[in-house]
Amino acid sequence: MFSNETLSIVLSGAAGQGIQTVEKLLTKIAKESGYYVFATKEYMSRVRGGNNSTEILISSKPVMAFRNKIDILVTLNNNSIDRLRNRISNKTFILGEEAYVKNEINKLPVPILQLAKDVGNPIYANSVSSGILSGIIDADLEIVKKCVSDCFSTKNPEIVKKNITATVKGYNFGKSLNLRVNIKKNPKIKNHYLINGSQAVSKGAIAGGCNFISSYPMSPATAVFTELAKASKEYNIIVDQAEDEIAAANMVIGAWYAGARGLVSTSGGGFALMTEAISLSGMIETPIVVHLAQRPGPATGLPTRTEQGDLNLALYAGHGSFPRIIFAPSGLDEAYYLTAQAFNYADEFQVPVFVLTDQYLLDSIYNVEKFPNVELTRHIVKTDENYKRYEITEDGISPRGIPGFGTGVVRVDSDEHDEYGHITESSEVRTKMVNKRMKKLDKIIEKSIEPVLYGHKDYDYLFVSWGSTSLILKEALENLENNRVALLHFPQVYPLPKSSKKYFKKAKKLIFVEQNITGQFADLVKQTYGINTSKRILKYDGFPFSVEELTDKIKGEL
Amino acid sequence: MLNVKLYDIPDSDIAWCPGCGNFGILNELKSALSELNLQPNQVVIVSGIGQAAKMPQYINVNMFNGLHGRTLPVATGIKLVNPSLTVIAESGDGCTYGEGGNHFIHTIRKNPNIVNLVHDNMIYGLTKGQASPTTPKGVVTSLQFDGVFVEPFNPISVAIALNASFVARTFMGYNDLTVDLIKQAIQHRGYALIDILQPCVTFNKFNTYQWYKENTYILPDDYDPTDKNAAFEIAMNTEKLALGVIYKNSEKAVYEDFQPKIKLF
Ligand SMILES: Cc1ncc(C[n+]2csc(CCOP(=O)(O)OP(=O)(O)O)c2C)c(N)n1
Ligand code: SF4
Repeated sequence: MFSNETLSIVLSGAAGQGIQTVEKLLTKIAKESGYYVFATKEYMSRVRGGNNSTEILISSKPVMAFRNKIDILVTLNNNSIDRLRNRISNKTFILGEEAYVKNEINKLPVPILQLAKDVGNPIYANSVSSGILSGIIDADLEIVKKCVSDCFSTKNPEIVKKNITATVKGYNFGKSLNLRVNIKKNPKIKNHYLINGSQAVSKGAIAGGCNFISSYPMSPATAVFTELAKASKEYNIIVDQAEDEIAAANMVIGAWYAGARGLVSTSGGGFALMTEAISLSGMIETPIVVHLAQRPGPATGLPTRTEQGDLNLALYAGHGSFPRIIFAPSGLDEAYYLTAQAFNYADEFQVPVFVLTDQYLLDSIYNVEKFPNVELTRHIVKTDENYKRYEITEDGISPRGIPGFGTGVVRVDSDEHDEYGHITESSEVRTKMVNKRMKKLDKIIEKSIEPVLYGHKDYDYLFVSWGSTSLILKEALENLENNRVALLHFPQVYPLPKSSKKYFKKAKKLIFVEQNITGQFADLVKQTYGINTSKRILKYDGFPFSVEELTDKIKGEL
Repeated sequence: MLNVKLYDIPDSDIAWCPGCGNFGILNELKSALSELNLQPNQVVIVSGIGQAAKMPQYINVNMFNGLHGRTLPVATGIKLVNPSLTVIAESGDGCTYGEGGNHFIHTIRKNPNIVNLVHDNMIYGLTKGQASPTTPKGVVTSLQFDGVFVEPFNPISVAIALNASFVARTFMGYNDLTVDLIKQAIQHRGYALIDILQPCVTFNKFNTYQWYKENTYILPDDYDPTDKNAAFEIAMNTEKLALGVIYKNSEKAVYEDFQPKIKLF
């Protein structure tokens, strides 16, 4: 019945109704059954009630981008449908309690609650729903049972059994619906990892040797904080919940000074408070790694939505001039890789390093075959009595000592200082020190992470993006099958790698695609290279671009 | 006992006014370190910003001179990462109780094993004489022309109310007492506050050497600092300021004991 190789399922209901459980279960079941999966959620800033949704894509090919279309909509409450009306077509099957779906064209009434009650309790509605969808996608029943049992493994055996019964009831119902899907399974996918963006960032941090985190909770950054706290015993990570972001950032700088590899995970509003610490890091050349999870601002903005509006904040945070590095991963493997590298770069260059993500990326889930390999590099020295923390060197990088490692003392100072770290007001020393700090930028540029070109090498139209927008754009361009078009994605947005210029020069038309109102990255490129970046596709309503939406917008530029 | 000269920094250009109380604290701290045989590379002094915060500039140990108000989070971070270091967070009353007030509260709650020395001159020195959180009511300053009209902050009673594990006050003019208290604070396991009364001869014409002598008293030998209610009563008495260990609670769990040990080198 569904001819597409990608099936789009959307679940919608109130917060607290367990959509997240279904998302977790179904993605696992589908992956274990041999499908490529992708899921992303959107939710309101409230703990109970409201209306949230999750999109789950099941496919025979890799899928990593949000799309608008809905093949099957599962409604768990009475106000889901109207909210999603513009994504519903006359091909969308709408599944749910008779009362919720009765006015729809392709309605599939299911007594979910009754089935749950038959097992003994309405709370099994989640398992019934997962079962129905598992039946529709023709998942392996043994796998379904195992996933349910794993999911509820912390509960008592009786509850596990009931959940399995509920799922199987749903499964059989799903099969009986006669909604056939035609998606090829691939047994190798079973061995893939299934993770979300927050897990990719935290696993990357661990791969990069992160052993210290201090943060203050703020959506959507908290998930990374939580993941690292969960991993703290296994990987020896010191975890501190700070009294505020100011404390968190200063504490992490203290931790680096003492020899740890520390991270703060925060969002725009929290990062605003950290800007003084970023300056401090720049001045004392003690690193800090910041995971800055973007959400729409200004101020508290849309707390649970997505945007790419904090590039300028990361770019200009802190007073005075000093180098910094900003990475912006597009997807999960990049999030892993760049976060790990952030620690190596911070250690080597002794500057603040940012990993800019956003709610959409952090809450997206898909299967990843394997993670890139990252070699951990340390850049500390053993000190002696003559140790000079700010020794003037050719490339501006002074050997970094840590207290207690060697016989010397390590003296860092937020006031201007000489090579020993002593306070100074000498104009000569001041000039030398500013030069020394800025000198590092040359080497950082040399070692920059290169932009990635997708599509045809002989392009006329070059679409440019950064961060999570890139994967959505990539899928849109692939759908277009136009050999005059290419995409340039920037995993590192600052400083801009030298090589990017040649890509820009070659294009007949440059189009920047970003999720903010001004085109912050386009402005940065313009400022750096003095080229025309005036064509911009921008979105800032709090929701990610969809593949279809971008496909239309791209067509408009060709 | 290590030679005090070990902590000297040759050709130090000390930026304090002649006669300032900071000089006394500098010498007292050096004496305490030498009497405890602490090697320079085993000690870290973290400070914020202000005249008092310049302290580590003049002592040859590891130094982290950070931002205004932020000594305590930095010091906690360092201690968590390397518990073998002696970590001293040292700054003025404005830096610690004003700009850093929130950190003061929460560091006491966390109870890392660090020492917090606060040079309490009851004024902002570096920014030229504005009221600090501890300036007494009625004192006329370079900004409070009609005199301060808000209640001063009472760091000792706040620290006791928060069940800080070691709370002391001293006057820098009493050398032996101060050296002894700094040593006790370093040896105490847990967060140790010493509020060090210090004259600012340039901007605080009210709280002079003479004033501190007349308005303080040293707690008697038989005073029991583990009695919290008694300590609280003493702390609330601002007519006469008690000097010595006012409250001590060695039972309190230490923050770094809950954290994994990480490999540093
Ligand atoms: C964020 C910030 N705000 C303000 C200042 C300016 N400032 C420097 S020192 C100081 C007050 C210092 O007072 P105190 O801590 O009592 O130390 P003292 O100079 O009296 O020893 C202020 C307000 C600053 N450096 N940073
Ligand atoms: S201004 Fe006051 S505190 Fe600062 S050095 Fe002078 S006397 Fe001391």
